[in-house]
Amino acid sequence: MKLKVKAKALDEAGIKRTLMRISHEILEKTQGKEDLAIVGIRTRGAYLAERIAKNIMEIDKKEVPVGALDITMYRDDLTEIAEQPVLHSTDIDFDITGKRIILVDDVLFTGRTVRCALDELIDFGRPASIRLAVLVDRGHRELPIRPDFVGKNIPTAKGESVEVKIKETDDREEVLVLE
Amino acid sequence: MNKPNKNKWTKKHLLSIEELSAEEIQIILDYAERFKEVLARPIPKVPALRGKTIVNLFSEPSTRTRSSFELAEKRLSADSLSLAASSSSFKKGESLVDTAKNIEAMRVDMIVIRHSSAGAARLVSEHVNGSVINAGDGMHEHPTQALLDIFTIKEKLGKINGLNVSIIGDIAHSRVARSNIWALKKMGANVTICGPKTLIPRQIGEMGITVTYDLASALKNADVINVLRIQLERQERGLFPSIREYIKHFGITKEVLEKHAKKNVLIMHPGPINRGIELSQDAADGEYSVILDQVTNGVAVRMAVLFLLNSIKLKSGENRIKTTAKTV
Repeated sequence: MKLKVKAKALDEAGIKRTLMRISHEILEKTQGKEDLAIVGIRTRGAYLAERIAKNIMEIDKKEVPVGALDITMYRDDLTEIAEQPVLHSTDIDFDITGKRIILVDDVLFTGRTVRCALDELIDFGRPASIRLAVLVDRGHRELPIRPDFVGKNIPTAKGESVEVKIKETDDREEVLVLE
Repeated sequence: MNKPNKNKWTKKHLLSIEELSAEEIQIILDYAERFKEVLARPIPKVPALRGKTIVNLFSEPSTRTRSSFELAEKRLSADSLSLAASSSSFKKGESLVDTAKNIEAMRVDMIVIRHSSAGAARLVSEHVNGSVINAGDGMHEHPTQALLDIFTIKEKLGKINGLNVSIIGDIAHSRVARSNIWALKKMGANVTICGPKTLIPRQIGEMGITVTYDLASALKNADVINVLRIQLERQERGLFPSIREYIKHFGITKEVLEKHAKKNVLIMHPGPINRGIELSQDAADGEYSVILDQVTNGVAVRMAVLFLLNSIKLKSGENRIKTTAKTV
């Protein structure tokens, strides 16, 4: 079944402004402490994490370690998904123990991806805290997980789909709601 | 970050390198790279195969391969158990198919099998519903050994295509040699084999490889030298005159390497080494020996194979070995 575009939730400028606001909020909440680190969930969350780190560098002249998680090996639905999983690399080249981690993803939906990411992250060490930042929260959580930083709340029906397109992977910048 | 391999894995069993395509070999190598990263983590374990049951059925002695498979299974959170010939019903004369079917009755998802007869893994795969991995069948193939060998070559030299790889020793009785030749040829390497005439099968040149009985010419342009184990029992059967004679003509020592080989040639050996026979102490522990890297990489490569075999989409319930298998 082919979905058609219902609405454009964010355009290029909108994504940029939203990520800048999230970056400010992160700095405000963590009060400029040294132990901040940002980890994105592959694929798009990892690029968003890099952008947030760049923003923080701009705002506060502070270099923040950035990592990327591939959660494929932690998924609980490997036997259910039709497509064979594509395995990316996990790159976390700093010690996360004691760090205040901001976990970044593009869309928050059921919360299962975040659960996998939490499991995987904790296998790397014992961070002081983990907060969740997402570009879009579309609702329909199946687990007790909530975001700490939200770019945009987009109420959706369960059958609808939210697509985040960013230049690093898609050659364009927009957030679409499909139905 | 390396680009993920989008090619799809479709095989249910890993029985031989011969039946794999170059693309399929590449998929395994790409996944192995990811699993090598997992092995370097503080907790080198992922839940990818949680709830899966794997039986390692080894009817021949093995240290490296069996412990490597066992570790790979544990690193993927599978439940596994290992049966050795000496302590199982093999000893009581139970047939291989009977043993496999009894194991399948315990609801097992995968069987890793080593057996002294060529074709044993294929035979088992025809009688069970789960995935079967060949961990060495007679003189036929040892696919995961070849995969870890080419993974190690690629890791050290950055490529396989166009490299000159020489395999030295008892080619005739070696499943490692056969699997390696297939894998290297498919990945574009130039393969030379070298050993005593009696230990080289007559038709093997037809595989598109160079055959020589002169060690110096086998070493001359080699980027990689894979030294095979000389099975001492072969000498008793008169296939070569004496160990001393073998060492004299085919033994790899630091001196021989300095005289005939490229300066930075990679030295590989599938183990276990007969030190001082096919490979001298100073060559086995030398600067360019990657023998222990091979062992490390073996776990990552086997994780990749287990993960891929488990990931194929089967009709619901088919990926578990059924208790109602047909009788033979």
